[in-house]
Amino acid sequence: MSLTLNVNGKSHTVDVDPSTPLLYILRNDLGLRGPRFGCGLGQCGACTVIIRGVATRSCIIPGSAVKGEITTLEGLAKGGKLHPLQQAWIDEQVPQCGFCQNGQIMNAKALLDKNPNPTDAQIREGMQGALCRCMTYYRVQAAIKQAVKRIAADRMAAGSGVVA
Amino acid sequence: MTTVFTGIPKHVEDMLASLGGTPSRRNLLNSAGLLVVSFAGVGASPVARAADAAEPAGAGPYTDPDFHQLDSWIVIHEDSSATFYVGKTDCGQGTGTSFRQIMSDELDVAYDRTTCIMGSTDITVDQGGSGGSTAMERDSWPMRRAAAEARRVLVEMGSVRLDAPVSQLAVSAGVITVKGDPSRKVTYGELIGGRRFNVALSGANINAATGVAAVKPVQELKNVGLSPQRYDIPPKVDGSLEWAVDVRLPGMVHARNIKPPVAGARLAGFDESSVRGVPGFLKVVSKGNYLAVVCEREEQAIQAAARLKVNWEKPAKAPFPTSENLFNYIREATPTSSSRPIVVGNPEVAFAGAAKVIEADYDVPFQGHTAFSGAHATADPSNGQMTVYSNDMKSYGMRRGVAEFLGMPREKVRVVWMEGPQGFGRTAADDAGCEAAYLAKEIGRPVRIQWMRSEETAWDTKSPAFAVRMKGGLDGAGNLIALDYNARAADYNHVGYNEADTVLIAQLMGIRRAKPAEGSAATPSEMYAIPHRQMTTHVVSMPLVWETPLRTGNLRDPNGPQSTFASESFIDELAAAAKADPLEFRMQLLTAGTSEDGGFRRARSIAVLKAAAEAYGWERRPSPISRGTGELLTGRGMAYSFRGQTVVAEIAEVEVNRRTGHVWAKRLVCAHDCGLVINPQSLRHTVECAMLHSLSRALHEEVQFDSEKVTSVDWYSHPTLTHADAPEKIDVVLANGDPHPDRSDLAPYGAGEAACKPMLAAVANAIFDATGVRIRRIPLRAPRVLAALNAAKV
Repeated sequence: MSLTLNVNGKSHTVDVDPSTPLLYILRNDLGLRGPRFGCGLGQCGACTVIIRGVATRSCIIPGSAVKGEITTLEGLAKGGKLHPLQQAWIDEQVPQCGFCQNGQIMNAKALLDKNPNPTDAQIREGMQGALCRCMTYYRVQAAIKQAVKRIAADRMAAGSGVVA
Repeated sequence: MTTVFTGIPKHVEDMLASLGGTPSRRNLLNSAGLLVVSFAGVGASPVARAADAAEPAGAGPYTDPDFHQLDSWIVIHEDSSATFYVGKTDCGQGTGTSFRQIMSDELDVAYDRTTCIMGSTDITVDQGGSGGSTAMERDSWPMRRAAAEARRVLVEMGSVRLDAPVSQLAVSAGVITVKGDPSRKVTYGELIGGRRFNVALSGANINAATGVAAVKPVQELKNVGLSPQRYDIPPKVDGSLEWAVDVRLPGMVHARNIKPPVAGARLAGFDESSVRGVPGFLKVVSKGNYLAVVCEREEQAIQAAARLKVNWEKPAKAPFPTSENLFNYIREATPTSSSRPIVVGNPEVAFAGAAKVIEADYDVPFQGHTAFSGAHATADPSNGQMTVYSNDMKSYGMRRGVAEFLGMPREKVRVVWMEGPQGFGRTAADDAGCEAAYLAKEIGRPVRIQWMRSEETAWDTKSPAFAVRMKGGLDGAGNLIALDYNARAADYNHVGYNEADTVLIAQLMGIRRAKPAEGSAATPSEMYAIPHRQMTTHVVSMPLVWETPLRTGNLRDPNGPQSTFASESFIDELAAAAKADPLEFRMQLLTAGTSEDGGFRRARSIAVLKAAAEAYGWERRPSPISRGTGELLTGRGMAYSFRGQTVVAEIAEVEVNRRTGHVWAKRLVCAHDCGLVINPQSLRHTVECAMLHSLSRALHEEVQFDSEKVTSVDWYSHPTLTHADAPEKIDVVLANGDPHPDRSDLAPYGAGEAACKPMLAAVANAIFDATGVRIRRIPLRAPRVLAALNAAKV
């Protein structure tokens, strides 16, 4: 059965069983590497994509159940410029092995899109479902705080541009 | 004769292409191709291989890169950039960046003009892959010496080219100039770019590989001590890195295993008709008790594995005690082996004369590696060869194992190492490589296999469970005069290195060694001067020895965290019994000794304890602190240990919720002395994460099982640290306690694993300080802590 998905601004039609979890379609049919298999149970967050603003576990949602635009890690950079979260991740040198970092970054993106200035407690709460076996939590939280500042500065710059 | 070439692996090509100014593969091949005649028969250097790249990639055979050839380690390109080929893999600590730092320093090229290729058996020398935090301590030495030798050779070539004696030459960033006349210059690229050195190295083995040149004094290493950002991080945050899980080959199919539902069960039969209707179904593959399904697509293989009707026969005897009964079992079992006791002084007499004797039992359960994604590999059987794409940290061991397991000559097998989820030693005993290769051979197409979460958590290798009995004697003045350490480890079938007769698929197929590889129960790693002591260790076996999900493997210092939990918790108990400050008590035991070793471990032990205490602001007083009346009780604990020559002291500050038993490690401090520091930022992050990994082991992790099977099968039933557990503050102090801290031959020692050892005890000691309650059983989950608080009426 053919299924049409809108991923990172492009439309793709794939021929798969409609019950196929989105993760396998993204990885094996579209060749994306950002979302990864960690548990297949929606527990760890490695497979996270953002669907209409919501951090979604692509390992447990059937492709046919997806309604709306899907953003993956590959879709965060705009015009060749990394998303402020990605830049903060590099500046803070967050990853150890890096395997889970798709989940960390995509969950942080959904968190900051909803709440651009979270408290420490809100960061812990909002990131709770993103596990990291290398235990980079402390660095991830520092990078989120740095990204908050970057995003605010970018907005300020964009805002002053409008005023000017 | 023709040198047969394998082709540059895609990830290597990408890496080369990503370096600004480095020749593309095409250019590399062209430049090398000019010299193809002179390469013929030389064998394994990457350049020589590149010369033959016109042949189909993957053709084989895959001869071993010769570590006695300088060309196997370093290639200088025409633009004077350099590529380093090292036989190591990076488990997530950024070691490739550090190798580039130390090799570019010895070679005298700019750091950002270098790349590092790691761990693929056909193009990098066999340094064994990774393990034991030995990347810098052991393996950076031959790299360093090779780079120094390359510099020497280049300077001599420059001397001829510039017609000036070597003593009159200066080198900077790959450019050789005549001192006092900088217009006379020649670049490395002009001298040798794209061509071979053809220089032999000496040395009885790879660790001893050396040229004629001496390495530089530490003070002349310019990149060492700086913190260039890790080159592997940008492609990890933008989604562009190709990981081992991402390998896709033409004609590739997907496999999933089906594990026995009860450990030790016999595969009596299966009904293939139950899965023939699954779309894309290709085959059920089975031998002995090994069982797998192969389908065209990944989700189809998952579905078929779940749907296949299988008839398993339970074993006659229960394979395990239950996890609730584990420590009674370990204490009562007849050991499979016992060490000869290490005896100092006369412990028996000392205990008899002690003013106070205390005893305590400490228990650490099996803990899982629980890599973030299940074991995985893709095997390509094209051209009668076998290429395995794998994140195996010991790719060279996997190559041997796969070749022996399949009965293929080693030259027909190669392992291409690619990044994967950190497994803390799990991939030293990776199971997927042999499985993928076996299935690929059976199917005749490239096969990708990946273990599911429940399979990985239940069936990965386990860190051995320990039951330790401690006994200590104090004299009337509160001095520790006698100590007895007696440890039992459930570590009988300890696997690793992808041996063809111990990898799980081999065990399931009925292959048996005469005797399993026994692990061991470690003795404590400290420099305390205790006049009378005895240390004894034993290994015990679970009832089921083979084909067991409780087979053990190296989890990040295979037994240090367990033995240190016992020994450093007990030192705190003794300090409390002597009404002494825990830091003061340890300091007295360290300063009472005079013996020292070549790495100055005693001096450095004292230094890290001081540094940690200072960074934390340690208040000298006995534990426990007088309890407050609030819901949250706060306390601090310390512990110290060493691994190899690396010495660490750690302090944990905890908040214990007396109503729920929940423990939060609010603050962590580590003073860490690993000798020469290559990349301080990388080191700090590695230490941070190593501490948190052990914090996870302290607070959460335990493999549970009933008498038939492991019941810890996912992140709920084998919980791990989460964002909520992250400390508010972590301080990592990089100490240098060497008596001659500026020595020109200061050596680098291992980093990560040493930092894993003290944390379990530091947390338990902090809980005692906060509450006055001593808990001697890991993990310190809320229900256990609450029960202990309630029992003590806290």
